[in-house]
Amino acid sequence: MTIRFEINGEKVELEVAPDARAVDVLRRELGFTGVKEACGQGECGACTVLIDGQSRLSCLMLAAQLHGRTVLTIEGMAHGDRLHPLQESFIEHGAVQCGFCTPGMILAAESLLGREPRPDRERIRQGLSGNLCRCTGYQKIVDAVEAVVRDGGEKP
Amino acid sequence: MTRVWLPSSLEELWPLWAENPGAALYAGGTDLLVRRRAGLVRPEALICLERVAELGRIEPDGPEVFLGAAASFSRLLSSPLVTEKYPVLAAALQRIGSPQVRHMGTLGGNLVTASPAGDSLPPLYTLDAVVELVAVGATRRVPIAEFIQGPGQVDLRPGELVSGVRLPATDGNLQHFEKVGSRAALAISIASLAVAGRLSDQGEVLQIKLAWGSVGPTVVCAPAAEAALQGKKLTPETLAAAGELAQQAASPIDDLRASREYRLALVKNLLLRLAP
Ligand SMILES: Cc1cc2nc3c(=O)[nH]c(=O)nc-3n(C[C@H](O)[C@H](O)[C@H](O)COP(=O)(O)OP(=O)(O)OC[C@H]3O[C@@H](n4cnc5c(N)ncnc54)[C@H](O)[C@@H]3O)c2cc1C
Ligand code: FES
Ligand code: FES
Repeated sequence: MTIRFEINGEKVELEVAPDARAVDVLRRELGFTGVKEACGQGECGACTVLIDGQSRLSCLMLAAQLHGRTVLTIEGMAHGDRLHPLQESFIEHGAVQCGFCTPGMILAAESLLGREPRPDRERIRQGLSGNLCRCTGYQKIVDAVEAVVRDGGEKP
Repeated sequence: MTRVWLPSSLEELWPLWAENPGAALYAGGTDLLVRRRAGLVRPEALICLERVAELGRIEPDGPEVFLGAAASFSRLLSSPLVTEKYPVLAAALQRIGSPQVRHMGTLGGNLVTASPAGDSLPPLYTLDAVVELVAVGATRRVPIAEFIQGPGQVDLRPGELVSGVRLPATDGNLQHFEKVGSRAALAISIASLAVAGRLSDQGEVLQIKLAWGSVGPTVVCAPAAEAALQGKKLTPETLAAAGELAQQAASPIDDLRASREYRLALVKNLLLRLAP
């Protein structure tokens, strides 16, 4: 079937198997390999993408559901060479180790800040509660998001 | 290859479903697509309900409130109709899964999955929710306690789908939800308790409904415990006595999340949290 949607600011039209999962189409057909898959069953958040600004799990969506939507993956967060403040902050705070969870974490944080611009530490934890990290122990990730909230999303 | 449709109205859905009677319905996919991935179900076609306008409505209807079966939990949680009138339901929805799961999951999916751990079910019992079912040219309304027949079993006839849930007006001043899970997010309930009712100005129980999740094959109600609280104040003593009656109604199991004994203790202890 043919689906049309916008991804990272660009309109795309493509032919997909009707029962293909969104995660597979985003990675394999479109090359957005920043969308990670670990558990494939909704538990880890690695496959998080934003659909019309809201975090969703691309492992539990069919590609057909992307039709007509606006999709954001980690590849669409930076503007040219300028990283998104969340990306800068993750680097600055050492919130990345192996990096496998990072795209999902950053997109979950972006979704949180979209609906709630000034979350406290507890709300940040809740906002990231669907994303597992095997490496960092979460403190630095929460620090990184908290710093962005404190700086109002703008880096000097 | 499985075919997939995303109808935007019931009018579009009915003929599709009639031509493809073997198609499975799904809304958020947070149960069905997990089961499909695990090979537990192999639907020959899929109809996604996420865009069916009638199923996304959240609106007052006379004194009642109608919650569309395919409205996501996060949409329900952003509606004052839910958060202000039915805080016991809002508290339960807030504890479901993770933000991502709440952006996707729906009441219709939670009802039809009818898991003993389905977190929306106990609050819907205490609020006397009525499940609305539609088929071509027909609508049925079934009280939640009759709709849920057992684990994974519901009163849904072929060709019918859940259009939503109707909640009666409530004049209650007591609504409360507790859930124990092993992790703050993504935790399947080990036990949960929903409470809705009305207290007098002096704090005596005028009316109370209690419903526990995850401590029996389906939602556990305990009329004896409710009766024991009638006319009483909610004190550690009256609640403990009611809790013991509730334990007799519960039939929890041992599983990898918790033992039978622990769950049984929770049946009573969650009730104690109502003490001021
Ligand atoms: C990581 C994770 C965490 C979770 N945590 C929780 C939790 O804490 N608490 C909890 O209760 N659940 C939890 N769940 C389970 C699930 O999210 C809920 O049961 C949710 O309500 C399912 O809704 P859905 O729309 O995604 O269902 P779907 O998967 O779309 O559908 C589930 C079933 O319902 C049927 N169905 C759906 N809508 C209708 C309708 N309108 N009419 C007729 N049939 C219909 C489908 O055919 C299917 O059989 C979790 C799931 C995941 C993946
Ligand atoms: S890969 Fe989708 S949640 Fe784990
Ligand atoms: S940095 Fe390795 S999983 Fe999070």
